[in-house]
Amino acid sequence: MKTVELRTPLDEKQISSLESGDKVYLSGEINTARDAAHKRLVALIEEGKELPFDLQGAVIYYVGPAPSKPGQVINSAGPTTSYRMDSFTPLLLERGLKGTIGKGPRSMKVRDSMVKNGGVYFAAVGGAAAGIASTVKAAEVIAYDDLGPEAIRRLVVERMPLFVVNDTSGNDLFEAGVAEYRREE
Amino acid sequence: MRELDVARITEAVKDLSIRTNIYLPDDVKKALRESLEREESPLGREILQVILDNHDIAEKEKMPICQDTGAAIVFLEVGQEVHLIGGAPEDAVNEGVRQGYREAHLRKSMVADPVLKRKNTGDNTPAIIYTRIVPGDKVKIIFAPKGGGAENMSEVRMMTAADGIEGIKDFVVDRVSRSGGNPCPPIVVGVGIGGCFERSALLAKEALMRTIGEPNPDPDFDEVEKELLRRINNLGIGPQGLGGRTTALAVHIKTVPCHIASMPVAVNIQCHVSRHGETIL
Repeated sequence: MKTVELRTPLDEKQISSLESGDKVYLSGEINTARDAAHKRLVALIEEGKELPFDLQGAVIYYVGPAPSKPGQVINSAGPTTSYRMDSFTPLLLERGLKGTIGKGPRSMKVRDSMVKNGGVYFAAVGGAAAGIASTVKAAEVIAYDDLGPEAIRRLVVERMPLFVVNDTSGNDLFEAGVAEYRREE
Repeated sequence: MRELDVARITEAVKDLSIRTNIYLPDDVKKALRESLEREESPLGREILQVILDNHDIAEKEKMPICQDTGAAIVFLEVGQEVHLIGGAPEDAVNEGVRQGYREAHLRKSMVADPVLKRKNTGDNTPAIIYTRIVPGDKVKIIFAPKGGGAENMSEVRMMTAADGIEGIKDFVVDRVSRSGGNPCPPIVVGVGIGGCFERSALLAKEALMRTIGEPNPDPDFDEVEKELLRRINNLGIGPQGLGGRTTALAVHIKTVPCHIASMPVAVNIQCHVSRHGETIL
């Protein structure tokens, strides 16, 4: 386990050097998308239309932030539960997506797709939303304003603290961590 | 009859919605601090520290602890000697939610049509309101913002007398085990036993309102709670599900009588941001 400074967009080399359990400080542009936005993104791909942001080397953060106060870059913005995006994620990984950020484990299909397409899944600390917001330096809605908290936002983050859960070798920090601390009754 | 203008309810709900989303109850904070001392996993300790630091940031910056500021769950206990005037009490509650969520910049997380259109209502209404008529001339309001991630891991099961207490324990532990890191552990586990299908679910939610550290009034169920907490923490799920000895902060059981054929059991899971507050008018 190591500590890594990462900057988006992510490339194959950066991705393949990451290992499950690594602590990552992520900087650069990332995009937010959760349930409703994923549905629309996948519909666009299926219709052969252009997406509101470039997927090549992109990182998607599963978050629906609280609305900003006047003068505030972003209000509380912690991760939402990732499995709800599982059915959409493999297609996005096939189209160039490199990283996803959320909380909770991913399906085997998503994990396999990350191995196949070269992607990683990062965990942010769920419920630590005010702290995470302080790592966001800029935020703007770039699509689907009608979705309110579920709109797609472009964020510029600086040293956002994350943990690598799934790496390109198929490791899973949830499985490894639970196995280590489980006690048989 | 004591007259009470429902505008007072609006004001109280507004205040509670803001307060509960920024300030976590002391018992929850204390339980998290104690779990940090016990946690064996270095990563688990790091996560617990991040969670504790986040409380301080939220209070200092007057920001919500979690961006998911919840569905507005409201328990209204209305004294039978109170005459509510000035409008409908449910409208008053919803107005309080509307004002509180708008003024404090809390997230609006309700969609009008739950399946087809899923359009955000834009003001976090409607609240989910449970009203009881009770003796006395006061109105008690309990406000509990409930996030979606933990709520999604909850379940009702229609068990039978033959399943017994061991069946219930296995169900609760299994439910938590299958939830893994999804509900933002360390969690609080509310268990409702008895009543009927929907009553058990409501009991489980009511059980979450109990102060952590306060024993179950029934010594037998108090023992069951202790055993369940031990078994759940032995699952190894840990903070955020990434492994550790702190999966749950508490297990709270609430029971009521039920039909001879039934033994409904509900498990309502609450994340570590276990928010609730009350006001008496």
